[in-house]
Amino acid sequence: MIDQYIYPEFEVVRNQNRCISCRVCERQCANEVHRYDTDLGVMLSDETKCVNCQRCVSLCPTHALKIVKSDCRLRENANWSDQTIKEVYKQANSGGVLLSSMGNPTPLPVYWDKILINASQVTNPPIDPLREPMETKVFLGKKPEKVLRRASGELITQMPPQIELSMPVMFSAMSYGSISYNAHASLARAATELGICYNTGEGGLHEDFYCYGENTIVQVASGRFGVHKNYLEAAAAVEIKMGQGAKPGIGGHLPGAKIVGDISRTRMIPEGSDAISPAPHHDIYSIEDLRQLVYSLKEATDYKKPVIIKVAAVHNIAAIASGIARSGADIIAIDGFRGGTGAAPTRIRDNVGIPIELALAAVDQRLRDEGIRNNVSLVVGGSVRSAADVVKAVALGADAVYVATAALLALGCHLCRTCHSGKCNWGIATQRPDLVKRLNPDIGSRRLVNLMNAWRHEIKELMGAMGINSIECLRGNRLMLRGVGLTAKELEILGISHAGE
Amino acid sequence: MKRVYVNEKWCLGCHLCEYNCAFANSGMTDMVKALKDKPIYPRVHIEQSDDITYAVSCRHCKDPLCVKSCIAGAISIVDGVVKIDKTKCVGCLTCVLVCPYGAVRPGPTGAAQKCELCLENSCGEPACVKGCPNNAIVYEERQEEK
Repeated sequence: MIDQYIYPEFEVVRNQNRCISCRVCERQCANEVHRYDTDLGVMLSDETKCVNCQRCVSLCPTHALKIVKSDCRLRENANWSDQTIKEVYKQANSGGVLLSSMGNPTPLPVYWDKILINASQVTNPPIDPLREPMETKVFLGKKPEKVLRRASGELITQMPPQIELSMPVMFSAMSYGSISYNAHASLARAATELGICYNTGEGGLHEDFYCYGENTIVQVASGRFGVHKNYLEAAAAVEIKMGQGAKPGIGGHLPGAKIVGDISRTRMIPEGSDAISPAPHHDIYSIEDLRQLVYSLKEATDYKKPVIIKVAAVHNIAAIASGIARSGADIIAIDGFRGGTGAAPTRIRDNVGIPIELALAAVDQRLRDEGIRNNVSLVVGGSVRSAADVVKAVALGADAVYVATAALLALGCHLCRTCHSGKCNWGIATQRPDLVKRLNPDIGSRRLVNLMNAWRHEIKELMGAMGINSIECLRGNRLMLRGVGLTAKELEILGISHAGE
Repeated sequence: MKRVYVNEKWCLGCHLCEYNCAFANSGMTDMVKALKDKPIYPRVHIEQSDDITYAVSCRHCKDPLCVKSCIAGAISIVDGVVKIDKTKCVGCLTCVLVCPYGAVRPGPTGAAQKCELCLENSCGEPACVKGCPNNAIVYEERQEEK
């Protein structure tokens, strides 16, 4: 039997009354959906190739194009959805693991949307951030247990190493290789201008970006790609990646085809060789092993840089975080199950891990109960989508958040979730030179700065409404949150009351 | 003087500049009405070969060959901008021949035409610059070449 035919997921709707056959859609589609027929004198499309990235829609000068979801459906079945059946067909055709990109799109609960923020009325009045000073600066790192003084009574102000951020947001790890040079340049320049940090991911640090070192977090992951002395020394902090929210328990694989030129040099592996990051760190099988790596990285950087440990939010996250907080790490980064990725097995992405809101609340509570909350700062990621999510995360106990999907959206990403094809029409998740040049970092960094400045304004507005003028006063302030439509158990884990209580 | 410059590094070869130029100089308010099913006569052109694409338009030279070569006296320099007076042009196309950049081309009426920086058309600012999706075409003051 030949491969089972699967009707295209999207239809390209072209308003022929508006189309001027300028062929911009054709030239801009790396999937080769559009073509001009010289005999007919019209543009035609091959919808089987369309991934709905909307590049053509965005650039069409007469707005003649739209992409719609195909309404050709298999016979309705509440148990066997259209999607499920087609996945079976695909696997019967190919015999392979289904691959996906970006975050989990399934309709599982988003707890951010079930949490509401307080505001001041009458007593403890709200603050107008346009008139009064508001502080959004945060410091990440181990905090001293108590105030210490010298014999003379002078305060000892020496602190363990900290990262200073102008607002509690950082761009999370995306490697050079999984995203393009221009995407990295945009992130690095924006982070520097904003006074926050971006993260190299496990792809090394391109030689051109060492100048942004003070705003760079370098990652050490299971493949150890691109790790060397200068790399560690260039950064503001070093992150050990144990797991990723989109694919907990799974390693990484950048195909050899993408290991060319600068990427090969930056990762320090031969051109054309597959970059395989193992699922585990082969030298870490316990908290003690982890502690060894933490201290070898601290030793290598002269105890001047905080060490972050990034883990995926999984079932026993509170116990795991408690272990990490005792490993000598300065910061714990937790990545929720909606976090993005350049490529992950679909079943893993959509079924493994837990929501970051619950993980954060559980970890913050556990560390407080054990009296070790000041040992570490908490950073959470995995679909922080707006300033409101940032405020809710901080109130649940986070010191800062990691955003990546929102940052990519600012760069032009349309969440078509086909990063793994390597043909990103927006010049982000690709290494094809003709596609990479579509992202001009002058534009990209400006858009990122705009986005973060907008969020900063909104964070201040939300804080002002609560009558809080410093983000530090909001951290772990769960009284500022109320749940709606949540069960008693969910509220208990989140540590918040129901609306009306 | 502000001129239109092209950064080849960022040019995607999408040809949007050509369509924006043709529309800006059409005198119409609707792009579809102006350009649909018609040949277009843009004043900026994408030159391309393999992986390189580059938008070419008039450089507004200080000592332009087109001005010197015009037999009808139709090309002149006004405040640094090289302009063609269509009513004087006899369509001999000598200017097309002598322009070292290939920036002058025949227009729909046979008279030569070239970029005049959108200073007098409905756009009011260079349409190619405004519509470039990747900031590859810029309108800026640069150090004059010696």
